[in-house]
Amino acid sequence: MDIFIQQIINGLTLGCVYAVVALGYTMVYGIIQLINFAHGDIVMIGAMMSFTVITSLLAANTGLPPLVILAIATAFAVPVCMLTAYVMEKVAYKPLRNAPRLAPLITAIGVSILLQHIAMLIWGRSPKGFPELIKLENYNIGGAVISNIQIGIILLSVAMMAGLVWLIYRTKMGVAMRATSQNQAVAGLMGVNVNKVITSTFTIGAGLAAVAGIMIGTYYSQAQYTMGELLGLKAFCAAVLGGIGNIAGAMLGGILLGLVEALGTGYIGDFTNNIFGSNYRDVFAFLVLILVLVFRPSGILGERVGDRA
Amino acid sequence: MNSTTTTASVTNPSTMKAQPRTAKFWFGVALITISLLALPFVLAMIGTAWVRITNLAILFIFLSLGLNIVVGFAGLLDLGYIAFFGVGAYVYALLASPHFNIHLPFWIILPIGALTACFFGVILGAPTLKLRGDYLAIVTLGFGEIVRVFLNNLSRPINITNGPKGLAQIDPICIGSVSSNPYNCAGISFRGTDKFLGLDFSGPIKYYYLLLIFLIAVIIINKRLQDSRIGRAWEAIREDEIAARAMGINTTNVKLLAFAMGASFGGVAGGMFSAMQGFISPESFVLVESIMVLAMVVLGGMGNIWGVMLGAVLLSFVPELLRYTVEPFQKAVFGKMLVEPEVIRMLLFGLALVLVMLYRPSGILPSSVRQRSFANNSSAKA
Repeated sequence: MDIFIQQIINGLTLGCVYAVVALGYTMVYGIIQLINFAHGDIVMIGAMMSFTVITSLLAANTGLPPLVILAIATAFAVPVCMLTAYVMEKVAYKPLRNAPRLAPLITAIGVSILLQHIAMLIWGRSPKGFPELIKLENYNIGGAVISNIQIGIILLSVAMMAGLVWLIYRTKMGVAMRATSQNQAVAGLMGVNVNKVITSTFTIGAGLAAVAGIMIGTYYSQAQYTMGELLGLKAFCAAVLGGIGNIAGAMLGGILLGLVEALGTGYIGDFTNNIFGSNYRDVFAFLVLILVLVFRPSGILGERVGDRA
Repeated sequence: MNSTTTTASVTNPSTMKAQPRTAKFWFGVALITISLLALPFVLAMIGTAWVRITNLAILFIFLSLGLNIVVGFAGLLDLGYIAFFGVGAYVYALLASPHFNIHLPFWIILPIGALTACFFGVILGAPTLKLRGDYLAIVTLGFGEIVRVFLNNLSRPINITNGPKGLAQIDPICIGSVSSNPYNCAGISFRGTDKFLGLDFSGPIKYYYLLLIFLIAVIIINKRLQDSRIGRAWEAIREDEIAARAMGINTTNVKLLAFAMGASFGGVAGGMFSAMQGFISPESFVLVESIMVLAMVVLGGMGNIWGVMLGAVLLSFVPELLRYTVEPFQKAVFGKMLVEPEVIRMLLFGLALVLVMLYRPSGILPSSVRQRSFANNSSAKA
């Protein structure tokens, strides 16, 4: 039982990160129906930037408290990621807004390759070990262990999701975003600056991704130039699971996917008599994706049923 | 991609019948044939490595023509294409190696490989092809990852794939024998050098000719498919799926057919790869390879067979050229290697994908241009 609770805690932590990344996919998809393939790489850039800031601050012996260092790292990583996303949208996606759907998807793949290899040139090929900034403290819950980092990740994710919900449902910007996602042309006629809305959707998603990158970096205490690829794909699976284009769906999907992955990895050995082990971990997300597409293509909370093109 | 492509190819069959085959045309065919036949011997003079590189390039042409059916003709983005290649390669390796001590001849394994890959294509495509095209891209990508994870881990509890170490000592092709075991090959073995007409036919040269025959067959199949009823249905779906459905095309089945056909081509190419290399490991079937094949199709010109072939040739030889130019250049200028050729290659790939989509979405040799410039050539297939 304590193993079960432990897997739930691990799954919840991972799920929160997936949810934050999935929000970026789902927001962009909701507005311009593009799978922003390079979104995972934005997460990677966030992690790498924060790594650079953290290590250089530690090397400078500033004596700042760890949380302040993390805050400074975030303050650097978020704008860099937002800028990357802004440039990416302007250069690679905007000119193709009226092109066939295949075209922006292919440029997205190209951008993803470019970002990865530029990051590799800057930060090198080998994984970067994050310094142990925050002293790890473990708390006992019913025989299972939860660390302060896990608590921090869960709280921060929930706070960011709440902020995003507020932004989308309570501000003028949010109204414009929802209008654009329902009907671009009509939103434009009603005085919404559609281009601005699309750009800000990209940059908001990138900001979330940057924080996700920092969380992943501190959680696994390492970052590598390829880390965004699999993470991005899983987050996309989460977005589809919840119903792509749906904000609440992305959160639900992310957390569910994290739980499925943690529990699946933890119990696959017991269920299959150790024929399959935890090395099949990365398969779960895609199995979930394929199952969702077979049985409920619109996702758990999605409403865009039968939208074929 | 654009609507003019469709109309041009619809009118194509009637216009090309009018073209007479001139002496100039036959002279061109003869010239190409002779140079293709002589090419491996010229390359062998520079070094056998170049024959191998050329063989791999032909294999990639083969692969990209297979992907072209899916991406170019039917307009479905398949990002896990290399998985089908991997399936074919592993089928060959398992059925013709000391691993299980099975040594079936290659003309039995290749259809098995094609069918296995086709089967995977169908079970993957059936649930997803009903949906939007971009879902397919992600699902195929996920499928590619799943295949790679399984290849890496199916060494336990029963050792099927031998894990990351891969499978070695795969039998070379042996024509005219019921067992492909290289030690009692009764027919023409593709291992070692044979003397024939005073020329040295080394292993790679023999593979070159075999691949060439396969390639010509694939080009003919591709051409015939493109101009067939199915090919036109694919084109219609690519341009406007709803309109195609309204015209009575069963879009799901026709898309599934494209997907399955592309997968089987991948399977055959995988078998050839296995036989040629003699060793395979999961490392050869990663996402980057899928993207490289996709880049070949996109860069050359989606849907245009000649464009795709050009793209494949370009992208197959660019890494080799980079290896021979970038390394010495950097060593001469900076005294050491600053940027590895592999990284430059990937940066160029990424840049090429973006730039081609932005400025020339139909590729270097777009389909519509082909209708005019290759009008004479295309009559040859009839």
